[in-house]
Amino acid sequence: MARVVVDPITRIEGHLRIEVMEEQGRITDAWASSTQFRGIETILEGRDPRDAWAFTQRICGVCTVVHALASCRAVEDALGIFVPPAGGLIRNLVHGMQTVQDHVIHFYHLHALDWVDVVSALSADPSATSNLARSISPWPNNSATYFAEVQNRVQRFVESGQLGIFTNGYWGHPAYNLPPEANLMAVAHYLEALDWQRDVIRVHTIFGGKNPHPNFLVGGMASAINLEDTGTINAESFTKIQGMIQRARRFVEEVYWPDLQAIASFYPEWASIGGGVTNYMSVGEYPDNGQWRDADSMYFPSGVIFDRNLSEVLPYDHQQVAEYITSSWYEYEGGDDVSLHPWEGETTPRYTGPQPPWQYLQDFDKYTWMKAPRYQDRPMEVGPLARALVAYASGHTDVQDLVNDTLGRLGVGPEALFSTLGRTAARGVETVLLARKLQDWFDALIGRIRAGDTTTFNGDFWEPDTWPESARGYGFLEAARGSLGHWVQIENGAIRHYQCVVPSTWNCSPRDASGANGPYEAALMDNHPLVDPARPIEILRTIHSFDPCMACGVHVLDSEGKEVIRVRVQ
Amino acid sequence: MFFPTSHAWTHDETLAEHLERRGVSRRDFLKFCGQISVMLGLSEALTPRVVEALQSVRRPSVVWLQLQECTGCVESVLRSADPTIGDLVLDLVSLDYQHTLMAAAGDAAEAALQASMEENYGEYILLVTGSVPLEEDGIYLTIGGRTGLEILEEAAAGAAAVIGIGACAHFGSVQAARPNPTGAVGIAEIVRDKPVVTIAGCPPIADVVTATVVHYLTFGRLPDTDGEGRPLFAYGARIHDQCPRRAHFDAGQYVERFDDEGARRGWCLYRVGCKGPATFSPCPILQWNDHTDWPIGAGHPCLGCTERFFWDTMTPFYGRLPNVAGFGVERTADTIGAALAVGSAAGVAAHAIATGVSRARERRKGAPLPVVPNPGTGPAPGTPDSGKEGSDG
Repeated sequence: MARVVVDPITRIEGHLRIEVMEEQGRITDAWASSTQFRGIETILEGRDPRDAWAFTQRICGVCTVVHALASCRAVEDALGIFVPPAGGLIRNLVHGMQTVQDHVIHFYHLHALDWVDVVSALSADPSATSNLARSISPWPNNSATYFAEVQNRVQRFVESGQLGIFTNGYWGHPAYNLPPEANLMAVAHYLEALDWQRDVIRVHTIFGGKNPHPNFLVGGMASAINLEDTGTINAESFTKIQGMIQRARRFVEEVYWPDLQAIASFYPEWASIGGGVTNYMSVGEYPDNGQWRDADSMYFPSGVIFDRNLSEVLPYDHQQVAEYITSSWYEYEGGDDVSLHPWEGETTPRYTGPQPPWQYLQDFDKYTWMKAPRYQDRPMEVGPLARALVAYASGHTDVQDLVNDTLGRLGVGPEALFSTLGRTAARGVETVLLARKLQDWFDALIGRIRAGDTTTFNGDFWEPDTWPESARGYGFLEAARGSLGHWVQIENGAIRHYQCVVPSTWNCSPRDASGANGPYEAALMDNHPLVDPARPIEILRTIHSFDPCMACGVHVLDSEGKEVIRVRVQ
Repeated sequence: MFFPTSHAWTHDETLAEHLERRGVSRRDFLKFCGQISVMLGLSEALTPRVVEALQSVRRPSVVWLQLQECTGCVESVLRSADPTIGDLVLDLVSLDYQHTLMAAAGDAAEAALQASMEENYGEYILLVTGSVPLEEDGIYLTIGGRTGLEILEEAAAGAAAVIGIGACAHFGSVQAARPNPTGAVGIAEIVRDKPVVTIAGCPPIADVVTATVVHYLTFGRLPDTDGEGRPLFAYGARIHDQCPRRAHFDAGQYVERFDDEGARRGWCLYRVGCKGPATFSPCPILQWNDHTDWPIGAGHPCLGCTERFFWDTMTPFYGRLPNVAGFGVERTADTIGAALAVGSAAGVAAHAIATGVSRARERRKGAPLPVVPNPGTGPAPGTPDSGKEGSDG
C-alpha cells in the first residue's frame, strides 16, 4: 500500500490536488481536493443584479461565457424578462462557439499529452504519417513534407536542451500506446489547434467586444444590429462570423474528430476503466428558438439517469438539488450531516485542515473547498457524457446516430461509454453536433434580420423602479463541463442572496454524509490502474477526461448578508 | 502567424541567425522590429536598437505562477496573434513552468520549477497571474501543500524581472472586491524589493504582455510605468480620448437605452454607464483578438477593468460617471477639445497619484462604497470622480 499525491494537477483550470491509495498497481481509495477559495458570491451581496453577470463571469476565464449567461438568465427569471429571439440566437452562437472551442482546446492542449508521446514523434516516418493522415481525413495539411517540417521543429526544440512546457513529461512511459506516426500527427494538430482556437472564438469579440470575458446584458445582448451603419453589427460582421463557423466545423470534422477516433482505437482498455458513479444528469441547453425557458426547444434535452439505466430518463427538477459540507471546509447551522437546497444555502467557511506546508489531506475528515451537491441524495456525473447519455436514452436521433456509428467503428457496445474513454469520446460527439448547429442558429438569425427583426434587447424591466420589492430566480444551462445553476434573490433592487452550483462542484465533490464519493473519486477507484506512482499518467487520464475547472467549483455565499466569518486555522 | 516556423531556436544561436535559417528575410525581420517599436511607442530612431537587441538575445527562461485566479489571463495570452502562443512557447522564450500547458504534473512539475529557478537564478522572467490571499496565513490558496504567498516570495527572489498579468495580480480583482473575504492583494504588495510591472485588465490584451517581455529583452529593463505600475506605452492615454465614438459624445449623441436608435447608429455609451472617461487602457487602439473589435465597439459600455478596484469604484456598471467635462450638447467640440488638450497631460499625473495611491489606501482601510441599486438616473456615488482628472484640468 502506498499513498500517492498529485498536486498540482496541471493542464486543467485552477488548483486541484489528488491523493490516492495504491496497492499492487491498482487504486483502492481516492481524495479530490480543491485548494483555492475566493468567495465571489459573498461579494455579490448588496450589488445591482444587472452587474452580477460580470462578477460571476470572473469565476472562470476558461468557461468564459457560461456564468455570465447563467447569471443573466437567473436575473431575467426573477424579474420576468423575456429575451428577444434575435438576442437569444446571438447567445446561442456565443455559447455554442465557446463550447466547441473549449472542447477542442481541451482535447489537444489539456488532454492529448496523456495519450500522445511527443518524444516518440521524433522517430516517426513522415511518409507513413502522411499516409495515416490521408487515410482518416481530407484535411489538406497532410503531406510528408509538412510532417517532416513539424518533426524537424520538434527535433530542434528538443536538441536545444530547453524543453519548456514539455520538461519532465512522462515520455517513454509504457502506458503510451500510439505508434510514432500517430504521435507526430497529433503533435502537428496540437500546433494547428493553437492557431485555430484564436480565430474561431472571435465570434465573441464581434458580439461581446473581447475574449476572454465578452460582455453580456440582462435582457438580451448589447450588440445592436444595423446593416447600414459602420459602428454596429452589420454585413461585414456577419461575413466574418460565417467564415468562423465554417472554419470551426471543418477543423472539428476533419481534424479533431478523426484524431480522437484514431487515438481512441489504440486505447481500447480505457473503455472499461474509470467509470465511477452510475448516475448522470443534464439540465438541457441551446434553445433552438432563442427562448431558454422553453424546455421543449432545447437541442440537448434535460433529464436524469440513475444506475446507468438507459431505458429510463427521469425529468430534472431543481428542487431535488442539495449540497453537503460533511467533507468540506465549511459549517452548517444544522451540523455536518445535513444537506441544503441552494435557496437555503449557507456558507460559513471553516478551515480545519493542517497548517501549510502539509503532506497529506486524507487524514482529515474535511479535505476540500468543494461542497458536495447531490440530486435526490445521490452523486451525479455531469458534462458531455451525461448530456450524451440523456440525449441517447431520450431518443435524440443526431446523438444516437453518431454514438452508434462511433461505437461500431471501435467495435464496442454502449457499456463502453461508462468509462474514461467514453467521457472523452462523448465530448467529441457533442462537438461535432454543436459545430453543425452553429450554422442553423446563424441561418435563423439571418432569417430574422431578413424579415425585419433586429431587436436584440428587451428593456421593459431594465429600470429598477419596474421591479418587485422582492423576487427570486433560477438560471441554468449546460456549460462545456456540465450542468450549471445560478440562484438569485433580489430585494429592494439589490442582490440579497446568490448561489451557484457548478459542473466541477458536482464532479469534484468529496464524500457526503453517507460516505458516498463524488465522480472524480469514484472514477479513480473503478478498475483503475496506477503502474508507476512516480509517474501517475493514469490518474491524469481519468481526471482530465472530466475536464476539471476548479475555480468554477468553489464558491461561497452568505445567505443572510452577514460578513463572512473569518476562518481560524487550527 | 508571426514568423512561420519549422525550426526551434537552438541554444547557441542569435535570433537573427535563427530567423535566417528559418528563411525569414532580413527585410521581414526589420519590419517586425519596426512594429514592435511602434507598439512600444518608441521613436523610429530607436528601431536599430531593437534590431540589435533581438539579434543578440537567446531564449530566456520564463516561470509563470498562477495564483488566486480564473485563468482568463492565460486564455487571453493563448489568443496572442503576433507572436502566436506557439511561437512564444517554442521559439521566443523557454516557458519552464506554466500549469495550464505543461506536460508534467505533481512532483515532476514542481521539480521543473525548482530546476529552472536554480539554473537561471537572477536571470529568469517571472510572470504572475492571480492574487495572493493573505487572510488566515494564506490557506485560501495552496499548491503542492504550500501557500501561494510562500511560492511567490520564493520565485520572486531569483527573478530578474517581475511582470504581473491581469487585474488579480494588479490589485486582487473580483475576489478583492468588498468585503474581500480572503484578504486578496496584488503582487506588488508582496514583491517589494524589485520593480513590478503590471499589465492591467480583466483580462489584459495579450499583445501588451508580449510587447512588455520584448521591451525587457531589448533594453535590459522593464518599461516606464505610471503610478499603478502599468507600462506607459499601453496605459498612457484614456479610452475617452481615443474612442472612435468620441465625436458622438462631443456632439451630444448618446445611447439612452440599449438597442435604441442611438445604439443602432453607434453613438456614445456614456449615459448607459461607460467608464471610458475614467479608464486608462489601450483597448481602442490595439483592440482585441487580432484587432477584431473591442467592448465599446461591440456596443457595451466600458467596465473600467484596467483601473484599480474597479469592482467597487466603477459599479454599478450601468451607472453614469459624474462630472465628465464637456458633458452636454451646449459645449462645442472646439471648447471641449481645448480643455482636453490642457487636461490630458496633467491627467496622467493626477491619475497616477490621486486614483492610484490615495484612493487605493482609503479602500483598503475599509469603509465599503455605497452601491446604489438604481443608477438609471444621475451619478452613481460608488464611482470615482475621475472625470476631474482627465478633463477638468
